[in-house]
Amino acid sequence: MDLDLDPADRAFRDEVRAFFAENTPDAFKARVRAGMRLEPHEFVAWQKLLYARGWGAPSWPKEHGGTGWTPTQLYIFETEASLADAPVQYHQGLELIGPIIFTFGNAEQKARYLPRILSSDDWWCQGYSEPNAGSDLASLSTRAVRDGDHYVVDGQKMWTSYAQVANRMFCLVRTDPEGRKQAGISLLLLDMDMPGISIRPIITMDEIHHTNEVFLDKVRVPAANLIGEEGQGWGYGKVLLDRERGVTAATTMRLRQQLRGARAAAAEARMLDDPVTADRLAQLEIEVIALEGMVMRTMAEAASGKDSGPRASMIKVRWSELLQEVTEFWVETLGYDAAAFGPIGNGAPTEPWPMMGMLYSRVTSIYGGANEIQRNIIARRALGL
Amino acid sequence: MNFELTDEQRLLQDSVLRFARDHYDFSAWRARTGRGEGFDRGLWKQMADLGWLSLTAPEEDGGLGGLPVDTMVIMEGVGRALMLEPFVAGAVFAPTLLPHLAGPERTDLIAAAMAGTAVVTLADAEPDGRFDLAAVSTRAERTATGFRLTGEKSHALDGAEADWFVVPARTSGEGAEEAGITLFLVARDAPGLIVRSVRAMDHRRNASLSLDGVEVSAGALIGEVDQGFGLARHAVDLAIVARLAEAVGAMEAAYEQTLQHLKTRKQFGQAIGSFQALQHRAVDMAIACEEARSMTYLATIAVSSSDPARRQTIAAAKARVGQTSLYVARQAVQLHGGMGFSDELAIGHYLKRLVMIDLAFGNAAEHRRQFAAARAA
Repeated sequence: MDLDLDPADRAFRDEVRAFFAENTPDAFKARVRAGMRLEPHEFVAWQKLLYARGWGAPSWPKEHGGTGWTPTQLYIFETEASLADAPVQYHQGLELIGPIIFTFGNAEQKARYLPRILSSDDWWCQGYSEPNAGSDLASLSTRAVRDGDHYVVDGQKMWTSYAQVANRMFCLVRTDPEGRKQAGISLLLLDMDMPGISIRPIITMDEIHHTNEVFLDKVRVPAANLIGEEGQGWGYGKVLLDRERGVTAATTMRLRQQLRGARAAAAEARMLDDPVTADRLAQLEIEVIALEGMVMRTMAEAASGKDSGPRASMIKVRWSELLQEVTEFWVETLGYDAAAFGPIGNGAPTEPWPMMGMLYSRVTSIYGGANEIQRNIIARRALGL
Repeated sequence: MNFELTDEQRLLQDSVLRFARDHYDFSAWRARTGRGEGFDRGLWKQMADLGWLSLTAPEEDGGLGGLPVDTMVIMEGVGRALMLEPFVAGAVFAPTLLPHLAGPERTDLIAAAMAGTAVVTLADAEPDGRFDLAAVSTRAERTATGFRLTGEKSHALDGAEADWFVVPARTSGEGAEEAGITLFLVARDAPGLIVRSVRAMDHRRNASLSLDGVEVSAGALIGEVDQGFGLARHAVDLAIVARLAEAVGAMEAAYEQTLQHLKTRKQFGQAIGSFQALQHRAVDMAIACEEARSMTYLATIAVSSSDPARRQTIAAAKARVGQTSLYVARQAVQLHGGMGFSDELAIGHYLKRLVMIDLAFGNAAEHRRQFAAARAA
């Protein structure tokens, strides 16, 4: 049992550290530290930068254009990114649909879509949730009816992040209304310029337009855009569970960014000598260390091909809870500075990043399976309850 | 980055679990404590014969020169089986402190500790110092042949069973200064030493000490005069990580028994584990176990490393394992209902052991304070 890095890993760490030091745009740092998402064009620029360096897909195998890194290298990469206040890569193409395409897609689909994910020439959005299918996703009702060489898709998707900038959407649709509800679901790839697709923005409490409703009105989708087999779409999502370890690790290592920001804010407010403040900050830092320990064990197990059971889901639960607590603490330390959210008219601009990060953090315990759903899943699959 | 046990450590783990099965069945444990028995010198001898007490002693003294991870493997079993033997004394304090003994008894005493015939513990706290290891006001005055010790010690883990005490005393300085503290070995029967033994809620037998002009020879010195704090700190850090592993063993056992109870206990015509409120509680207990195990690994690796943040890691681990283990033990009682509150199940005894582990060498609140202080430094 040890935490030693071998010489090759140390050399890799130095290389990655130098890259981030040189290439992380200063303009990103304050918002990244606050736990905010970047603007879409900034995500694209960051992805193109990594792609040019050959690091477009740190978690993908080499044969599909990924780096083929070991879990230890991935851990080093994300830790160094966190230290440098570098952003995460936008995940919906890279971590959600990309791996499904290279696992279940046909040769033509792989050739057509994967390179454009890596180069960030395509932006993928996720058409999963619906107005009546949130936590109970399998009850989704968007219909896809086969008509010759096409499917005709009718329905409504909800919480479709960045549909306003996406040119493609991966979409769960019901191809068979009979039988077990999970069994009639298929996975279709749509182009956002297909006739019949319309978008209505949803502004979230952080006053940002991240997400949308997407209306699908007799959208004709070529049958060639079906992933795998009809009726098997629900099962394809499960490949993501095995990959989730890497994604949760990447995001969890970012808690250090928010802790750094919160500590700096407390120092600036001369509150570090206040025993109550020092105690609360210590508690948050201690809980982050425990969570990082869980991530490190998970990555080490991935490196030796061992199953980590439900730990990725546990990490998601704890990460989101801690992100909320750390950003709340940060905003509290700001005192009345937290009241300056934005200008009035032509007034002086403000940089309300900690407040926006705090507000944004509320969604992290809801998206990707609400924490209550995560607990249901852990109880059923891992605890046998 | 590697969290695997070696093959030798796996064998050791098996041997601990087998020993626990053979000698630490819970009903036997309960009968033993019910008779007012604690430390069993016969079992202690068997542990010594299995090599557990030689594991981390230096090789030049006949030990195996093992690492804190070896101790961790045993301590998990100690916690799981609620063992009553003074394992921190035998596997941490004796092999860490005795090699620094000045006098010629050194070799024989190390051999006796490894053979299980001498128990050596550390009197780590004073009445006015709470958990501060440097708060030493016990005085050591020089005499013609050695030193004379006078003062009070509020706690020595397993002190009721100890044959020898390592006593920190001040040869210079004052208050809570780290410099000026010297460690001395004091025999239990030394004239002027009063040992007040007391049973803790977990059936471990600790002691407080009064030293009223206890005379020791120069050979009773452990380490250098005025320089004892670093050695005591290291011994206590090793003891802390050992007890973290003990906590992990105890909390995981309490969690597993609770999970089993949720699956078998029926109320309202169904297993109570079918209720979502209890399922989510069980998941939170499982997460707490994962956090505690992860923290224990980090601290166990850190304690023998040169990482400048090692003390922060140890303090963080002591705090978080205390919090998570008590959460698990308290929920284990709650989810067992009335029976969880009874003396008949192991559940309540796990809670009591974990309360005492949290207390040991400073509780969660104390270590959070130490962590904050280290971060500010």
